[in-house]
Amino acid sequence: MAGGTFEKYKSDGSLAGNALEWVDARFPATSLWKGHLSEYYCPKNFNFWYFFGSLALLVLVIQIVTGIFLVMHYKPDAALNANGVPIAFASVEYIMRDVPGGWLIRYMHSTGASAFFIVVYLHMFRGLLYGSYRKPRELTWLFGVGIFLVLMGEAFFGYLLPWGQMSYWGAQVIVNLFSAIPVIGSDLSLIIRGDFVVGDATLNRFFSFHVIAFPLVLIGLVAAHVLALHETGSNNPDGVEIKANKDENGIPRDGIPFHPYYTVKDIVGVVVFLMVFSAVMFWAPEGGGYFLETPNFYPADPLKTPPHIAPVWYFTPFYSILRAVTYPLFGLDAKFWGVVAMGASVVIFAFLPWLDRSPVKSIRYRGPIYKSLLTIFVIVFFVLGYLGTLSPSPMGELVSQICSVFYFGFFLGMPWWSRMDKFSPVPDRVTFK
Amino acid sequence: MKKFLIALLFAPIMAFASGSTAHIDKWPGSVSDKAALQNGAKLFVNYCLNCHGASYMRYKNLLDLGLTEQQVKENLMFTSDKIGELMRVAARSDEQKLWFGATPPDLTIITRARGEAGNAAAGADWLYTYLRSFYRDENRPTGWNNTVFENVGMPHILYGLQGQQVMNHETHKLELAVPGTMPPAEFDKSVSDLVGFMVWMGEPQQEFRRTLGWFVLAFLAVLFVAAYALKKEFWKDIH
Repeated sequence: MAGGTFEKYKSDGSLAGNALEWVDARFPATSLWKGHLSEYYCPKNFNFWYFFGSLALLVLVIQIVTGIFLVMHYKPDAALNANGVPIAFASVEYIMRDVPGGWLIRYMHSTGASAFFIVVYLHMFRGLLYGSYRKPRELTWLFGVGIFLVLMGEAFFGYLLPWGQMSYWGAQVIVNLFSAIPVIGSDLSLIIRGDFVVGDATLNRFFSFHVIAFPLVLIGLVAAHVLALHETGSNNPDGVEIKANKDENGIPRDGIPFHPYYTVKDIVGVVVFLMVFSAVMFWAPEGGGYFLETPNFYPADPLKTPPHIAPVWYFTPFYSILRAVTYPLFGLDAKFWGVVAMGASVVIFAFLPWLDRSPVKSIRYRGPIYKSLLTIFVIVFFVLGYLGTLSPSPMGELVSQICSVFYFGFFLGMPWWSRMDKFSPVPDRVTFK
Repeated sequence: MKKFLIALLFAPIMAFASGSTAHIDKWPGSVSDKAALQNGAKLFVNYCLNCHGASYMRYKNLLDLGLTEQQVKENLMFTSDKIGELMRVAARSDEQKLWFGATPPDLTIITRARGEAGNAAAGADWLYTYLRSFYRDENRPTGWNNTVFENVGMPHILYGLQGQQVMNHETHKLELAVPGTMPPAEFDKSVSDLVGFMVWMGEPQQEFRRTLGWFVLAFLAVLFVAAYALKKEFWKDIH
């Protein structure tokens, strides 16, 4: 669909028509518009789960625009001001109190960070439900996993900037993880920090990564993700290829143009999303102490370690997996293997297209094995996430170990169990349910 | 099966739910009570601001409590004469560290910092209990201890108002040994006002934020009706 197969615009003689013809002769305006919007054909049976792609794009825009305004007043400086408060921390409170509308922009950005992960997790879950990662959309999925990784980095760097206690000690813990890597570990963590402890150098480089490097990569990956998707066309809740059934004009019989059908539908999704987003932002901007962790209202103090250092909620499932590894192996200590397990637990999503061997894509035509294992996987993900917010305990360790084994078992056993299920026949055409 | 899965989901939550140590009273006040906030501001600048700063807060923000510039300058400003100044502390932090063992924390956003995961508003309850839980303890350098913050470095700054409590070691309860200038109920109300002021100071625009939320939600509700009707119209032929 996408590509330069569309005819150039021919002017009707009007001024606007002449201008468009002039542009179209020099820039693929018509081709882009038609290829990606007005003549990009989507399956007509998208359901609730298909809102989260456009919502992720919306949150990205919210984060970039609010971020631009925050940078105008934020100061990445760990030095103390006349009142003995780090300048970075004080500048955030300055935004909250003295910059007109600053509190709104800041809450949008902090709520947006959590919203981004909620939306992206739901978007990924959609992929699991309907097998969207399966052939021929492997590359779309891989770009997506790349977006997820970069997003995690972006969130991690951004979390240091308010320079509160949790910012500081969270960064300290995570950067120290790299020192568990044999041989290069301690030098690597030194390079990341730019100092022997998290300090002004760390704050400045994290600021640079957060506002320039990672957003640029993120936008590039999002573009690649959408381009790859538009090359193959979208999957749908039935997992049926709509391109397999075209009419005499070469248009999929079950396809409808993205614009106007899905633009008007996504607007509804956007409005509902903004209602939930606004409710949190205006009435519970701390997100119950999970979106803005309360210890982060104390300025960073390198001499005072908080009793309990918890990452923000969206990292806690992976953090639990890190803490679940308590056995040294091959002469390397448990911390190293914990880091490996944590990294693997994120990267393993990239292998899904090749791990899944079921003959059907959508959960609608898969049997009880997939339905129950996926349900347990979601529960395990929540349990790991909850445990990651708590202080370490023997009980928590045991539960997170059991959950971690299941987590990896889900993926690594998939080539076998995904084949064994009881499948029902897939229809030729998409269905509305 | 479903019941089992739900039980599995909640099992760790129940296994980890543990009680806190000291009993915390609920803060009875509200940030919309302007008179209480004014009284709290008065207590704050008279009792707290000598040692603790509120260094993200400007005196001019106090005008939002329904006071005039003249009233703020005459009653609430002792260390500065410029209304746009930050509410700094006069004492030096290195000297304070010598006196108390630790620099008294800045109080601007203390109620937010004292919140808990799962209950961001817990900071007000904690402060309301803490400020009323001092008792005489000759083993402490200041002569004071506290039931919710054991071996705290801060002396009981409000003891003239509350009087002096002692620990009854049999009942493990605090008893008023020497009465202060305020009867207990009046003292509790004053502490509540003081905490209210600190909750308000933590985010002076919070009432406006909550009100604005209703307008934004109302706008979005109208937009939803329009967006949904638009979608219905476009999609009526898609089956």
